Amino acid sequence: MNARESLEHQHYLNVSYGVKSWLLTRDHKRIALLYLISITLFFFLGGFFAVLIRLELLTPAGDFVQAETYNKLFTMHGLIMIFFFLIPSIPAVLGNFLIPLMIGARDLAFPRLNLLSWYIFIVGGIFTLTAVVTGGVDTGWTFYTPYSSTYSNSAVVLTALGVFVTGFSSILTGINFIVTVHKMRAPGMTWFRMPLFVWAHYATSIIFVLGTPVLAISIVLVGLERVFGIGIFDPKLGGDPLLFQHLFWFYSHPAVYIMILPAMGVISEVIPCFARKKIFGYNVVAFSSLAIAILGFLVWGHHMFVSGQSEFEGLIFSALSFMVAIPSAIKVFNWTATLYKGSISFHAPMLYALGFIGLFTVGGLTGLFLATLAVDVHVHDTYFIIAHFHYIMVGGAVMAYFAGIHFWWPKITGRMYPETWARLAALIVFVGFNLTFFPQFILGYLGMPRRYYAYPDEFQVLNVLSTAGASILGIGYLIPLVYLLWSLRYGRVAGTNPWHATGLEWRTDSPPSTENFEETPVVQEEAYAYDEVPEEVSLV
Amino acid sequence: MRVPLPFGRGCREAEGEGFTGLEDPSSGPSGHLLPEGEGRAKKIMWSELPLFPDRASTIAGETDALFFALIAISAFFATLIFFLIFFFSIRYRRRAGRPRAAQVNTSLLLELFWTGVPICITVGLFIFGAMVFMRVRQPPANALPIYVVGKQWMWKVQHPEGRREIDELHIPVGRPVKLVMASQDVIHDFFVPAFRVKQDVVPGRYTAMWFEATKKGEYHLFCSQYCGTQHSGMIGKVIAMEPRDFEAWLAGSTDETPVKAGEKLFSRFDCVNCHAANTRQRGPALEGAYGHPVRLQTGQTVLFDDNYIRESILNPMAQITEGYRPIMPTFQGQLNEEQIMELIAYIKSLTPQQSGKPNP
Repeated sequence: MNARESLEHQHYLNVSYGVKSWLLTRDHKRIALLYLISITLFFFLGGFFAVLIRLELLTPAGDFVQAETYNKLFTMHGLIMIFFFLIPSIPAVLGNFLIPLMIGARDLAFPRLNLLSWYIFIVGGIFTLTAVVTGGVDTGWTFYTPYSSTYSNSAVVLTALGVFVTGFSSILTGINFIVTVHKMRAPGMTWFRMPLFVWAHYATSIIFVLGTPVLAISIVLVGLERVFGIGIFDPKLGGDPLLFQHLFWFYSHPAVYIMILPAMGVISEVIPCFARKKIFGYNVVAFSSLAIAILGFLVWGHHMFVSGQSEFEGLIFSALSFMVAIPSAIKVFNWTATLYKGSISFHAPMLYALGFIGLFTVGGLTGLFLATLAVDVHVHDTYFIIAHFHYIMVGGAVMAYFAGIHFWWPKITGRMYPETWARLAALIVFVGFNLTFFPQFILGYLGMPRRYYAYPDEFQVLNVLSTAGASILGIGYLIPLVYLLWSLRYGRVAGTNPWHATGLEWRTDSPPSTENFEETPVVQEEAYAYDEVPEEVSLV
Repeated sequence: MRVPLPFGRGCREAEGEGFTGLEDPSSGPSGHLLPEGEGRAKKIMWSELPLFPDRASTIAGETDALFFALIAISAFFATLIFFLIFFFSIRYRRRAGRPRAAQVNTSLLLELFWTGVPICITVGLFIFGAMVFMRVRQPPANALPIYVVGKQWMWKVQHPEGRREIDELHIPVGRPVKLVMASQDVIHDFFVPAFRVKQDVVPGRYTAMWFEATKKGEYHLFCSQYCGTQHSGMIGKVIAMEPRDFEAWLAGSTDETPVKAGEKLFSRFDCVNCHAANTRQRGPALEGAYGHPVRLQTGQTVLFDDNYIRESILNPMAQITEGYRPIMPTFQGQLNEEQIMELIAYIKSLTPQQSGKPNP
């Protein structure tokens, strides 16, 4: 630990104090923390809705809440978790904090735009929260027409406005990342020396910029049809309800990759560090991110195999959906191969990362079931889908988010989190997650439809298992909240590079100064040059 | 001794405006029609943990075979990955005296191998999945047609012989059945897990699905596309019966056939004024038109089928037959989906020989 061993030095946290210094900051690191606080609130709010959903499903009869309330609960759970937690989670917190540090820049290309993104995000969030408070919305996060545009009696327009506004925050973040990666790399930081985390965010930003406007347009059309009765989607007004599904999934399927690509970026950093090895197949992993981003735009129709679209469309989208599985499989093989002949230690970030590989593998393989046309006809809109996408979104994206938060916590705060507690929490999350969602695969094949507030008796045992798992999972998520807050004051001072990791972010102070680097670093080596790093990290 | 259906409430009270004459006194909620069907549909005990659904249609076996193939493939790869992670984690764990990591980090051969293998597997899955899918989607020509209307929050069924049902569908075992489905309001989805089939029921168009039951019994019918407050109450039963019993059941009703009902609508809404044989100058001939191509004013040719008739009734200006003036008024808002289906049934029944007189 070469640099400072205390937190006395001037850094981005102690350079100025007061509310104004935060709310008007242009420092990407402070903006990242603003995002961290906001999305943490949204995460626990969305989680609270999930708890209520699981409590209702404990018994077959609808007895805990009203049907209408239940429909609002799953809608708000989906909306908040997707638009206000998962989509901004890794990009807006870790990406914002780390991309300039990783490429040796002082900030993102457009610092003011970055702050504006956060304000737009908050405004969108306030609209959506207002909708929750004033009665909620019951369309499902998918806003399917003509239910959303004509039939629903809930706060659709306000919620839609919230999602619409928040979309602009994503677009601005995407533009900012793309320009930063193109223009702000330090001398010697060539494209193929960039950490894979940056590659993953570059690919994600492409989706942000190309996909989000389409979502915005479709949401606006729903609002217009609802308010003015223009006939776009409702057949009674001369519209076509399937048009909405095409528009919606054109964004919302790529949105899945917005959530998982940055997660893959985190895993590609954590695994080499704790295996002390360069990542296996760097180029392949980098290009597979781009392949996912591009192919991800061509598979939206697999949400519509039984919607009434033609058989021919079904065939095309099935074939394309299988293709997008290939780059994901390649990544899993390369991560696994990275462990070969490594020198592996099991700190909390690594436990989360290994958990990610396992759960993402299950999520990815069950994706094959859904791409297989005849099987999808049976499992579409059942709990099989719910289980599949939670394996990707929670087992994948959230596990990776936790891996990243723990891995870079010393860089962000200057202090270590308590390792024993963190390992325990990782284990609890893994067990709780599987108990929650694995039974739902079985429920789905048995035929239990999603978004059912009451269900036939024979599905109860599996639902009870799932609810039991959810309570374990909830504890697993609360423990880190407590010890991470604790560590802000009592955590061991981390030093510049507690993991002996490669990467420019580990060459500057923890926490970094506002300017990130005292002088612009010059890069002379490839990413993950772990052979040049003196070992070793102690085991605890 | 029925499959438990604990939450039927909320389905039946919604019965109301715009639907007349559809109550069927004999199709109450009880399953008394299946005296000897008890053996099949057993009550599932609380202590039982069901792991696999009933398999009761010709297609279910094929879907299940694909499903098991997928499970085998997934189990293989998941086991492989899990094994390697555990093996490497233990074998190469950091400990005193172990050498540093060996930097092995590229192998073109390996990359090609683990790109190629998944490609081959997915191509195979695509082909088999598509083959079964095409069978699921293409009804056999001899399929028994039954009309279904989805409405918040109930299923209405109309048999061609006249019998009507709500939230129940009686079908014969061993004969393909084709459902022609319409929605009165939002998107619904007709899902019978035991048959491994589902199809969205979309407002503004007809969708179709087919299946052939292989075992008699009662099976769950779920709406699986979220459709509003009582979505989870939009459930029912599919009752598969021996053909002989089914015929008896069909005969046990004095309900008007859809053709008869359609004929009445045809004169009540004055369709007859322009489309009857002696008034050909105003509206095109309907006798024998069903299933044949129609030349439009635009020069295009379309098929005279259910969707074409439906659109011509609701939005007559969309597709004008060549040689006729665009003078037909729209019937949007005046006819509900069931009445449109009855009109179609009537128009289908018209043949050139007995113009104006339907087949019985």
